[in-house]
Amino acid sequence: MRMHPIFAALRHHRLATTLIVLQIALACAVMCNACSLIAARWHATQLVTGIDEASLGTLYLDGFEPGRANDLNARVLEGLRAIPGVTAANVINTVPFSHGSGTVGVTLDPEHQREGGVVDVYLGTPGTLQTLGIRIVEGHAPTPDDYRPAGEFFPAQANVLVTRSAANHMWPGESPLGKAIYIDKTIFRVIGVMEHLAIARSPETPGGEDWSIFAPALPGPTLAGTYVIRAKPGDIDAVMHKAREAIATLAPDAVLIRDKSATLQELRTARFANDKAMIGILLGIIVALLLVTALGIVGLASFWVARRRKQIGIRRAIGATRRDILHYFQIENFFIVSLGIGAGVVLAYAASLTLMLYHEVPLLPPWYVALGAGTLWLLGQLAVLGPALRAAAVPPVVATRAA
Amino acid sequence: MFGYYVELAVRSLKRNPVLTALMVLAIAVGIGTSMTTLTVMHLLSGDPLPGKSDRLFYVQVTPYPSDKVPAHANAVMDYRSAMDLWGAKRADRQALLVGSSIRLHVPGSTAPPLLLEMLSTHADFFSMFDVPFQYGSAWTPDDDERHARVAVITADLNNKLFRGENSVGKTLRLRDSDVRIVGVLKPWRPSPLFYNVTGGWMAAGDTADFYGKSEDVMTPFQAGLEINDGNFSQFTCWHLPPNPGHLQDSPCIWVKLWVQVDDSAKVAAYRRFVADYSAQQKAQGRFRQDVSAVSSLMDWLTINQVVPGDVRLQVWLAFAFLAICLCNTVGLLLAKFLRRGGDFSVRRALGATRGAVVTQCLVESGVIGLAGGFVGLLFTLAGLWLVRRQPVPYADLAHLDIPMFLVTLLLAVATSLLAGAVPALRAGRVAPGLQLKTL
Repeated sequence: MRMHPIFAALRHHRLATTLIVLQIALACAVMCNACSLIAARWHATQLVTGIDEASLGTLYLDGFEPGRANDLNARVLEGLRAIPGVTAANVINTVPFSHGSGTVGVTLDPEHQREGGVVDVYLGTPGTLQTLGIRIVEGHAPTPDDYRPAGEFFPAQANVLVTRSAANHMWPGESPLGKAIYIDKTIFRVIGVMEHLAIARSPETPGGEDWSIFAPALPGPTLAGTYVIRAKPGDIDAVMHKAREAIATLAPDAVLIRDKSATLQELRTARFANDKAMIGILLGIIVALLLVTALGIVGLASFWVARRRKQIGIRRAIGATRRDILHYFQIENFFIVSLGIGAGVVLAYAASLTLMLYHEVPLLPPWYVALGAGTLWLLGQLAVLGPALRAAAVPPVVATRAA
Repeated sequence: MFGYYVELAVRSLKRNPVLTALMVLAIAVGIGTSMTTLTVMHLLSGDPLPGKSDRLFYVQVTPYPSDKVPAHANAVMDYRSAMDLWGAKRADRQALLVGSSIRLHVPGSTAPPLLLEMLSTHADFFSMFDVPFQYGSAWTPDDDERHARVAVITADLNNKLFRGENSVGKTLRLRDSDVRIVGVLKPWRPSPLFYNVTGGWMAAGDTADFYGKSEDVMTPFQAGLEINDGNFSQFTCWHLPPNPGHLQDSPCIWVKLWVQVDDSAKVAAYRRFVADYSAQQKAQGRFRQDVSAVSSLMDWLTINQVVPGDVRLQVWLAFAFLAICLCNTVGLLLAKFLRRGGDFSVRRALGATRGAVVTQCLVESGVIGLAGGFVGLLFTLAGLWLVRRQPVPYADLAHLDIPMFLVTLLLAVATSLLAGAVPALRAGRVAPGLQLKTL
């Protein structure tokens, strides 16, 4: 088909063409960036914690006197282990998605010059590694002798495990085994590498969500009140319900922090509720956007078909087939949408660069632009199909009538 | 004439109910989304203390011994700097603030103990921030001096513990100490909870927590430090503190200082005082960096970028969406007016001026805008209802107020007049005779 008549017709409807191109360009820019934001949020919610979340729950008690901590630990652990279905219960300082604890900036030399990043130090008591289900991919787990009193913050010296991602950050390209980590006067010696162990809080450094250290420690005045409970995946909800009830009698001197005393899956849901809500909003905007754009195309195409009834009749009378008329409107729409996408890509990258200034998002990947363009082309063709079919149905006899 | 145009508009709109509904809906959806996000933005970025915020200042120095000159002074202070600056009493009012978690129990009650947030501060806190009281009053500076075991509680806590009755004079057990209630606040929900805002420049837009509720219990500063000794959390430390939770002599920053200075000459003097203090501490070797700041409340909120990144993003998205709806409406109006070229040329031939035709078209767009505005208002209310169900600390604040209600209608009519302008001018260009021939 020759393109010349299409261009000539559009040149006569510059204003309407500009409007629809502008609308498609804006829709393209918003949609590409919204898709990229959705992907970033979705990626965040897929955080791998490295522990057996489906089997785990946690209890967080506070408000007790440090002097009574050992007694509290003993009472609570005994009570928890007596609950039917509990396969293990241990003292720990915190678990992923729970309260912040042991967050500290570490250095890699005794003079504290080489920074190793801000990590979460998990203080785990004997048995905790097995309870959490942490996988060790290099080196070995702490021996029973490695578990020492926790001290005021951390044990003065400890043989610790680090995550693969923290090790790569601290000593890129080197084996972390045998390396030392310094926190003020504390020295940690790395004896093993964990596959994953997510930090408890939301990460401040992008990429730092898996920078953890597991330090073996014994329960004591500063390591008390937070417990991790393991049960079969099907039992954990019932077990946690009983455990929360049992605390009232086991530890009347402490306060149970309810929103941090739940199964790991509940804590995960709560942590990412905000991201899920934002994904919902963005999806809603994309759907509304596509609907409005489609309606705009339908409206304008119908208008054009109505205006050109006579011309269509003439073309049909001098030999154009129905297919020719149909193709005319489809090609016209493809051309307009392409113009819109062209402008939209420019707008999309401008918006993406602006977003990068304020949000932790990467530059828009070309993949999303392709997706957005494909969707808009398809949407354009679908929207124009109805009016184009109506145009194709115009009988040649129209040409002989006055307007 | 105007009444006649409105009648014409309504008649024309009725003739094409589907097209009319589409245009009204497009405007309504655009208005609904932008007004929902704009209302949230308006609620979160407003002045929490109108009329007074320009006299309140947040004070910063830099005790943290960093090697490089930091871009911002430290978010909070160490105990010694805080006591030096507060104790000098150079401002008209001044208060130190520190928060901590504490176990609370009502003596003689069978209810289980609660773990609550406690704010320890000075008597000036209440007068400085115009905190409203329901019963009783604030404690006195004398209570501050005597480390008096007194407390002020919020309306929420009073409702929970005493079913909203006047609880002044009753006793609370905070950890192991008995304190006497001297005041109960009225419901007080500053947005943001400005006096606790700090460090927002490090939060990468994740600042929703600045919009939480105020602490449930407030006690005199020194009394609070004594009652809850061992349970205070640092903002950050440069060495591990020797006694965790007891930070008075620790290498940690953890205390906030707010001051009220009433006139601008005094403000300059106060700024000089803080700058001199910082310089002097550096000269003595206690500070490594001489970086200090005295920021007015609204400046402080700006520095902390309090409006959450998600909210700003939603506003941008919503306005891009409104722009798309606008393009859509312009296109549809254009189609509609041009299709009625015949009508307009009859009117022109009968003597209507070009202006009259344009006015008629604009009235028609205005009617669509007004209808879109009312439907958009419903969408806005629905949108705010959705915001209230979101898991964010500011959810309970999301309500439409009168100014935003008026802005909604205004925006709707302005949008549709804007959308109608180009098509109306086009319609006005119809020549009187030309179209008549084809009728």
